[in-house]
Amino acid sequence: MKKIEAIVRHFKLEDVKNALTEHGIHGMTVTEVRGFGRQKGHTEMYRGTEYTVDFVPKVKIEVVCSDGSLQTVVDTILQAAQTGQIGDGKIFVTDLQNSIRIRTGETGEEAL
Amino acid sequence: MFRHWLIAVGMCCLLGLTSIRNLPAQEADAAPAEATTETSAEAAAVDEETKDAASEPTPATSEEPVEANDEGPDLGSMQPGDPGYSTALMTRLIQLEKTAEEAALPGHNAWMLASSALVLFMTVPGLAMFYGGLVRKKNVLGVVMQCIFLMGVMTVLWGLVGYSLAFGGDNPYIGNLDHALLTGVTMTGGEAPMSGSIPTLTFMVFQGMFFIITPALICGAFAERMKFSTMVVFSIIWGIVIYCPLCHWVWGGGILAFGEDHALAGGALDFAGGTVVHISSGVSALVCALLIGRRLGFGTDDMRPHNLTYTALGAGMLWVGWFGFNAGSELASDGLAANAFVVTHFSAAAGAVSWAMIEWITRGKASVLGAASGAVAGLVCITPAAGFVQPMPALVMGASAGIVCYFACSKLKAAGGYDDSLDAFGVHGVGGTLGAVLTGVFATTQVNPGYANGVFYDPSGGMSVLIGQIVAVLVTFVFSIVGTFIILKILDATMGLRVSQEQETVGLDLSQHGEEGYIFL
Repeated sequence: MKKIEAIVRHFKLEDVKNALTEHGIHGMTVTEVRGFGRQKGHTEMYRGTEYTVDFVPKVKIEVVCSDGSLQTVVDTILQAAQTGQIGDGKIFVTDLQNSIRIRTGETGEEAL
Repeated sequence: MFRHWLIAVGMCCLLGLTSIRNLPAQEADAAPAEATTETSAEAAAVDEETKDAASEPTPATSEEPVEANDEGPDLGSMQPGDPGYSTALMTRLIQLEKTAEEAALPGHNAWMLASSALVLFMTVPGLAMFYGGLVRKKNVLGVVMQCIFLMGVMTVLWGLVGYSLAFGGDNPYIGNLDHALLTGVTMTGGEAPMSGSIPTLTFMVFQGMFFIITPALICGAFAERMKFSTMVVFSIIWGIVIYCPLCHWVWGGGILAFGEDHALAGGALDFAGGTVVHISSGVSALVCALLIGRRLGFGTDDMRPHNLTYTALGAGMLWVGWFGFNAGSELASDGLAANAFVVTHFSAAAGAVSWAMIEWITRGKASVLGAASGAVAGLVCITPAAGFVQPMPALVMGASAGIVCYFACSKLKAAGGYDDSLDAFGVHGVGGTLGAVLTGVFATTQVNPGYANGVFYDPSGGMSVLIGQIVAVLVTFVFSIVGTFIILKILDATMGLRVSQEQETVGLDLSQHGEEGYIFL
């Protein structure tokens, strides 16, 4: 099993979710996050005092899938979240030891 | 059974309160003695008692015109030219005038009570939200608490001694204790200086609302780092030592009262508190900011306002409340009150536009905080002038306040290096000073015939008015700076002004009040 963490733009969240469900992904977890990469922050001005905001708000999507469907999931996210501009985000893939469905106690890919 | 007992106890308490409340008005009567001795009586007697107490003063006022009608010759049976006709006519006219005045009183009183409520509304929620939105979220309750607690403590203080120190006696420098514990503050009008015909109780409570908001304005300077206990003690001492004398000087017939013989440079035109409220609090705020020092991480940490939505809503509440503040300061519901209302509105509008516009021009975006701050700057600026200037000069005053205060909050503060966290000095000190000076420019007898023309309408004669304004500003500056400095130095040595570094890092909400402003479960 693999865990995919995709950090994407806010307004791409719906597109990514729709595309993933179309490709048979039944669940995901979404978190509001802040961070920075190559996209620079911006400045804000309050009564003449300037603040540089480095941490840009993004959405993090966590999806777990079987090894076999990894490529599909990654391609789907890539396609749905891409604008071509700096700040589109990143995808991280990690190996996952196990997953357990709390209701039934099923483990592994059956729990997905 | 228990419920019945509760109701009976409640009624007794109510009755007790009613008789206490009516005491001053009934000093001459024997009625209160009866009322208090019967407090332990059954619930059935309560209704009659309270009705009695409520109707007591009515005969006194309604009898007068009837008596007056009985006096003097009957005008109806006389012809013009009869001997004594003109005297009878004059008597009748005087009677009519008196009756008309009495008929207008409920109108004046209604407006003044509504105005008092509007001014209270300015502190919480108005100022609490305006300031609350500007701090970081770990300090939002700290600011709200400062406002709401001052509503309590300053009101108590006003009733005990504050009102008397501000409006008691003829001494030009300080009031006396004649009205301490509200002695002699009754339902009858005309007892306090400038109070007109409205009940002195109404006048007292209206002025009391100013006593609340003035120290609350200072809180903007030391927000996010002052010890709550010290803030409370500071506000009490500041109210007694700075506010009451200033209020007495300007409105209690003291050394800054316009037209008084003993007034410095002829006194100041201050309709609703440009010097008493805004300059005094703004300048004291600057002293506070300088003495207490900058917040930890000032200039490096992210200190953005945590919720400008609050701030914008608070600004709207302040704008509405200010109608009571300024138009209420006429102490009557008349044409001049209408003028004060309109110029207040126009100045706020011009301020909101000018501050937002200057940001739009200099940095390409008009900001919400700019529009909100500009409105408040316009309101501050028009405060001393509300009963003296016309609507078009009010537009000029508001627009200039927006621009001048913008530079005070951005450039002047940056150059000075002080941390006036929420710009209490930049908006109230600077805006109040500008307003006081511009009142000396734009005041006109067309609005208020009882006073004087400013330099715009009377270049030679108005000069003395302008000088009077400037002298009043300087006196207020020196008095507030010296007074606040001494108070703070004493408190610093005894109680300490700041919270510890650890408490400041955690935030005032948790460290001072043991609560959090936002809990998401």
